[in-house]
Amino acid sequence: MPAGTLYRGREGMWSWVAHRVTGVLIFFFLFAHVLDTALVRVSPEAYDQTIDIYKNPVVNIMEYGLVGAILFHALNGLRIIAVDFWEKGPRYQKQMFWAVCGTWVVLMLGSFYWVLEHTLRQIFGS
Amino acid sequence: MTAVIEETPSAPAAKPARDHTPVVITLRIRRYLPDLVGPNGEPAVPFWQDFQVEADPTERILTAMHKIKGEQDGSLTFRRSCAHGICGSDAMRINGRNRLACKTLVKDLDVTKPITIEAIKGLEVEKDLVVDMDPFFQSFKDVMPFLITSGNEPTRERLQSPEDRERFDDTTKCILCACCTTSCPVFWTDGQYFGPAAIVNAHRFIFDSRDEGAEQRLEILNEKEGVWRCRTTFNCTDACPRGIEVTKAIQEVKRALIFRRV
Repeated sequence: MPAGTLYRGREGMWSWVAHRVTGVLIFFFLFAHVLDTALVRVSPEAYDQTIDIYKNPVVNIMEYGLVGAILFHALNGLRIIAVDFWEKGPRYQKQMFWAVCGTWVVLMLGSFYWVLEHTLRQIFGS
Repeated sequence: MTAVIEETPSAPAAKPARDHTPVVITLRIRRYLPDLVGPNGEPAVPFWQDFQVEADPTERILTAMHKIKGEQDGSLTFRRSCAHGICGSDAMRINGRNRLACKTLVKDLDVTKPITIEAIKGLEVEKDLVVDMDPFFQSFKDVMPFLITSGNEPTRERLQSPEDRERFDDTTKCILCACCTTSCPVFWTDGQYFGPAAIVNAHRFIFDSRDEGAEQRLEILNEKEGVWRCRTTFNCTDACPRGIEVTKAIQEVKRALIFRRV
């Protein structure tokens, strides 16, 4: 039977969804990362070639996305640890979620230039 | 000397007058009529049906549904019993969230848009808003929701300090409406999971100083489909019409298992 409408969860449910999505994204990154790093053992030249392919704005923006995914997963992971082990964690989970979001925004703004410097210079000139 | 009597006793000004102007609301109800099979025997399919009904803003959704059943379509099927938020019969998904129809007021919803009403999720729909509650009550029975003691029964009542009673006060409020269990994303995909309601009722006895069955219950909840399936999405806590901190109770059971301390 079709499920009908989407369940309208609150902070808790959507943080769980975001945690899963970022977790899967990080898994796919690690999958590719292990493969490209393993190339060093095959031949250093093949490794250098692969890394050269990565040096373009699209991959750079994906790197920024990776920073975002890892930051959210890490910060929300701390929130989950608090929910699990801190007696008052379940009561303050919403506040902790918004703290995670706030910290995430600050760190994303802070890392914007440092991660995307190369692409920014390429697009807007140095 | 004559007493001065105010001619018009002033009404308490602090209370704003309630607006009792009737509004026309649209209830968009997810219908499923199992007898409605196709001409070639195709199984019945669920569908949305809109009903327009006049309601006082202070009325409950359940009242509007009664009006529909009484005046517009007698085939509309839903459970309700006490209609006062105690029996836990009329749990349904109203505007995407699990609630009791008898505790949801029209004024608390956006009446400019149709109000969607669906059966609770994760249990098999039998007709319209009626679901098969058997798996839900089986999980409840599996955690042994009754006092377990050993030795001779005392001649008088079993005494307990107010502090010991307070320990599990929150989880005594459960009315078994299934709002929590059917709001849980884990339960939707894994019907074997005990679910928040069963864990809440286990918590009520695990942390009761008079009970001696805590170890047995903890062992049951330590199994694969027990508390460890909880992903702390807090949908259960948000949905509980009794305001029980369900996720907190589940976390307490988890910690009791980790640290082996009740």
